[in-house]
Amino acid sequence: MLDLDLTRRDFLKTSGSVLMGTLATSTGVLGLLAPSQTWALELTKLDKATGQILLQTTRHIFPHATLDDAVYALVVKDLDAAAAGDDAVAKLLTDGAAALNADAGGDWLAANNDKQFSVIEKMAGNDFFEKIKGTAVVSLYNNELAWAHFGYEGDAWKQGGYLTRGFDDLDWLPDPPADASPAAYSASK
Amino acid sequence: MAKYDLDDDGVVVIIGSGAGGGTLANELCQKGIQVVLLEAGGHESNESFVNDEWGSFGQISWLDSRSSSGSWRVGKDFNGLPAWICKTVGGSTTHWAGASLRIQDHEFRIKTEYGDIDGANLLDWPITLKDLEPYYDKAEYKMGVTRTHGIPGLPGNNNFKVMHAGATKLGYKNCHTGRMAINSKPRDGRASCLQLGFCFQGCKSGAKWSTLVAEIPKAEATGKLDLRPKSHVLKIEQDKSGKVSGVIYADADGNQHMQQARAVCVAGNSIESPRLLLNSENSQSPDGLANSSGQVGKNYMRHMTGSVYGTFEKPVHMWRGTTMAGIITDESINDPKRGFVGGYELETLALGLPFMAAFLDPGSWGHDFTRKMDEYSHMAGMWIVGEDMPQESNAVSLHAENKDQHGMPTPNVHFDDHPNDIAMREHAYQQGSAIYDAAGAKENYLVPPYPSTHNLGTCRMSANADDGVCNAHGQTHDVSNLFISDGSQFTTGAAENPTLTIVTLAIRQADYIAKQMSEKAI
Repeated sequence: MLDLDLTRRDFLKTSGSVLMGTLATSTGVLGLLAPSQTWALELTKLDKATGQILLQTTRHIFPHATLDDAVYALVVKDLDAAAAGDDAVAKLLTDGAAALNADAGGDWLAANNDKQFSVIEKMAGNDFFEKIKGTAVVSLYNNELAWAHFGYEGDAWKQGGYLTRGFDDLDWLPDPPADASPAAYSASK
Repeated sequence: MAKYDLDDDGVVVIIGSGAGGGTLANELCQKGIQVVLLEAGGHESNESFVNDEWGSFGQISWLDSRSSSGSWRVGKDFNGLPAWICKTVGGSTTHWAGASLRIQDHEFRIKTEYGDIDGANLLDWPITLKDLEPYYDKAEYKMGVTRTHGIPGLPGNNNFKVMHAGATKLGYKNCHTGRMAINSKPRDGRASCLQLGFCFQGCKSGAKWSTLVAEIPKAEATGKLDLRPKSHVLKIEQDKSGKVSGVIYADADGNQHMQQARAVCVAGNSIESPRLLLNSENSQSPDGLANSSGQVGKNYMRHMTGSVYGTFEKPVHMWRGTTMAGIITDESINDPKRGFVGGYELETLALGLPFMAAFLDPGSWGHDFTRKMDEYSHMAGMWIVGEDMPQESNAVSLHAENKDQHGMPTPNVHFDDHPNDIAMREHAYQQGSAIYDAAGAKENYLVPPYPSTHNLGTCRMSANADDGVCNAHGQTHDVSNLFISDGSQFTTGAAENPTLTIVTLAIRQADYIAKQMSEKAI
């Protein structure tokens, strides 16, 4: 099955509350997670097998080796929501998953990585592929789990901005002279 | 706030509350003139703005149906979103980054300076820098532009440090934290910059000038302004005498109203303004209002743009602090030896992770894309903004079939890069890459243009009524009480970010309208 990121425990330590708030921890779920299932994705429209295929397809389209499956699951969550709202999308995704299986001789998920990719590559540009790609390019990078992974700090306002939190902390290049870059205003001056 | 009757024909109606319309409204109200300001979007505030790229995009962007055509890459990547501009009180001043540069002397007369360029519809402005200087001065003071009027520059962030280090090594002489309409110290009742990094998303601190936080509240304080958000103008009415008599607009519930007017000022940005004039055709003006020249919607300009992102061994955290944190102006000269006419500015720019994914290389996927995204925290970024060539075939037109939610034909934006635009972009990509290489870059990513934020020229100003839509004061050649009050007026685009000039023209136009009204000319 799908590889699990070895840093899962640390990852969850820092962003677990977000994850738990976003992904359900109930039964009847996308059960991807052995050995220690700490999160799960509840699907409303798609079946579990299709959800698993969509997650792995997204990993092939936007492969970040150390990005947790939980983040990819957020893409599946959005695809599932789109499918729930539009039967045509549900059919597109279900048929696409079936086509992957057919092309892989029955069980695409069971194929090795290279074989999986060769099947995906042939689908590039078709509606199924584009739907996943178009959803993923937003969903995959628009959540606090991804931000933690890539180092992006998200909402600056709630943290008071970067004026006193490192907006100019780069120290591996010379500082520009004051006429090019004056000191910041300080109320105490 | 004032409340005027729909049949009050003494009011000046302004369509659009952005840099042009919002400023003009305040300037007229300060003179005691009664103004109805119609804004298609809703009324957000510093409190309601969000530090969330997609969330904000949904909150303030103009997302009504549009289409695009032509060979430009935006037309392929973002066909339904040719422009990244706003539908909200304050217009695109809620979204702009604050760079406030004067158009240069020679850029007001490029037909004279550059000579004839194949395929370009060049024209000199009917005004000069000297004409505008006193108004630029007022605009800079009003907006609190740094490095003018004794206002100190902003402190440079990490992204600027990389730009400055590379620029200095490369021998550029003019690199600093820019002339920005962002408070470097508390001013005009607004706080100083907190270095949030969400300039594009409305600026929650209010340090950035916008018509939302600066002009409109002042206009309201005069008691002369009737601001009507969620009021989408569909048509401008023309009476038998040829003057405009009022506008028809749809309110939040889609109900249509006719507001009478003494004068109408169109400031809906360079896509919506010509769309409205074209949609206002009638038996007197069969090709659209104020379109006897045939130039309404034509000569659409969007600036030659592109971005360079460099990646480095050590972290940059480019998203921290002002989005446009610094500028290099050395290339904004006209030096045809470079292989093109006109010039460009290099300005730092940062995107958050969500928008980096959307814009880095739209449509791409796989390892090459994700390998680049993996460098996100180690990237520095700059935006290229240069003069593009006006071409008559680059045009905003009404779609033959598609209608919006009010039944109004949607606009189509057609654009092809001119060979001069392409040569300039290639030069700028090279220079941008050289800057980051000089600062120690591992690799540079050349990023294609984003949907257009600088939309210009579709109702251009001209000395001669045959080759433009409005005169040197934005008054249409055909209809004396109809004015163009936004960037549509620009005869040519120049290399500089346009907002300061739009504000400057609005201040000047307000003087002219007040004079025309007192002389009973309109």
